[in-house]
Amino acid sequence: MQNIRLLKDKIAGRFMFFLTIFSGLLVFLIAIGLYIRSRPILAIKPLSELLFSTSWHPLRGEFGFFPFIMGSIWVTVLAVVIAIPLCLLAAIYLSEYAPKYIRESAKPLIDLLAGIPSVVYGVWGVLVIVPLIKDHIAPFFGTFSTGYCVLAGGIVLAIMIFPIIIHVSLEVLRSVPYGITEASLALGATKWQTIKYVVMRKAMPGVIAAIVLGLSRAFGETMAVLMVAGNVAKVPSSALEPAYPLPALIANNYGEMLSVPLYDSAILLACLILLLVVLLFNILARVVLIKVERSIQ
Amino acid sequence: MIASTCLILSCLVLILAAIVVKGLPSLDLAMITQTPKGGYYLGKEGGILNAILGSLYLAGGATILAIFISLPVALYLNVYVKKGSRLASFTRFALDVLWGVPSIVYGAFGFTIMLYFGLRASLLGGIIAVSLLILPIMIRAMDEVIKMIPEKLLEASYSLGATRLETAMKVVVRQALPGILTAILIAFGRGVGDAASVIFTAGFSDSIPYSLLRPAATLPLAIFFQLGTPFPEVQDRAYASALILTIMILAISITIRILTRRFTRHIVK
Repeated sequence: MQNIRLLKDKIAGRFMFFLTIFSGLLVFLIAIGLYIRSRPILAIKPLSELLFSTSWHPLRGEFGFFPFIMGSIWVTVLAVVIAIPLCLLAAIYLSEYAPKYIRESAKPLIDLLAGIPSVVYGVWGVLVIVPLIKDHIAPFFGTFSTGYCVLAGGIVLAIMIFPIIIHVSLEVLRSVPYGITEASLALGATKWQTIKYVVMRKAMPGVIAAIVLGLSRAFGETMAVLMVAGNVAKVPSSALEPAYPLPALIANNYGEMLSVPLYDSAILLACLILLLVVLLFNILARVVLIKVERSIQ
Repeated sequence: MIASTCLILSCLVLILAAIVVKGLPSLDLAMITQTPKGGYYLGKEGGILNAILGSLYLAGGATILAIFISLPVALYLNVYVKKGSRLASFTRFALDVLWGVPSIVYGAFGFTIMLYFGLRASLLGGIIAVSLLILPIMIRAMDEVIKMIPEKLLEASYSLGATRLETAMKVVVRQALPGILTAILIAFGRGVGDAASVIFTAGFSDSIPYSLLRPAATLPLAIFFQLGTPFPEVQDRAYASALILTIMILAISITIRILTRRFTRHIVK
């Protein structure tokens, strides 16, 4: 009887161990799977041509990802630029100034924002942001735009990454030891000076990590961008021009990609590029966050 | 600062308001009780029952599949492994990184798996892709709850002669049950709302899926396709479908709140 219980314990332990290893290695499995699938195109074309050529003509066998990469960068950078000031101010307010009941009631709302599916963001973008840009913002700058453009993608993405940036920044700000805040206040600094020169300085690495996490989320976001960014395979030259970010390219071509030679390989290579960029950002941000966490303990 | 906080929170209100205002007028009973009839996407009769059920089947299946992986992993990380072990911190790190991987990449990876096994776009393929997508969320959420369990409870169980497995199943799971349910619901909500991972893997169909190997429609994709048609009536239905999806997600997150509040009362602190 005793032995059976021990045996069960052992077997279950092994089983759990394998599952743990599997989930730990899933990242590598995904990367390898995508790499194997994208090898055919890498074998024929040099990587630099794939990355920096602007000619995207799958039927002629020309796969240049440059317009899509630039589209992704435009949309992502714009989203982050919009999101940073708003999120930082909100996070500082919620963690330093706001009374407890406001902080406690704002958190579930921010979580709710995080839970809204990306398609709904896309629908909202089409409903509100696109007409807004078409009818008000573009005429204001004296140009014409259909509304489906980099700016629309940037605004929608910015709202989508609010929750993650605020959430992580709040945690980082809360981890700043209260003692140093008190020390600064005791020296006669005002609250804002304390926040600016003491709290923010201490929290800076973590806040940057939060922004990077938001950035990588924006870089990989698919559906909302696909719906509002316009999807024209050309390098955008202003925020009011359409863009065609990488994830939108991937999502749009799932149908026809098996019928054209090398097409599926090219699309999965795009996935691989997306994955590697996001992984790089995520790993950097997580390492910083772990360091921040250790420094308080 | 108050202004920017208000601006951010008002985005939530704006989104919900816009969806409700546009969606409500075209929402009717037929939408949620009928499958698309011929010419539905041209503005004819029908509803999106196929997509609602497809999404529920898909997210449900994926959630169940993910539970069977997540629960053992979360238990292993907290009960079997010693505190501060390399394996545990590596796994947590890997899962955090995995959590940031965009869902379209899961879709593409699911697609390569399906090609490997010779599967076509089907409910099963969608379930596999979505379960991979929600795996890191579920494990990390469960892990956070199980981590909170006081060490003494485990020690008491060991000192009574229980093995680690018995401790895990009978003490830890019971103590962490509300948290585990919450983790499951969070993952389910994510699974229902995700579109990019199923676009490759689950396909789309106008009928309710009755087999794992059939393509299945999902609500997010139904919204996307309806919005993509040039007919205003169909686009209105897309707004209504978006409203349905939003209501589902809101219902899930409110349930999560109630669950956490109600269950935490009866737990050994």
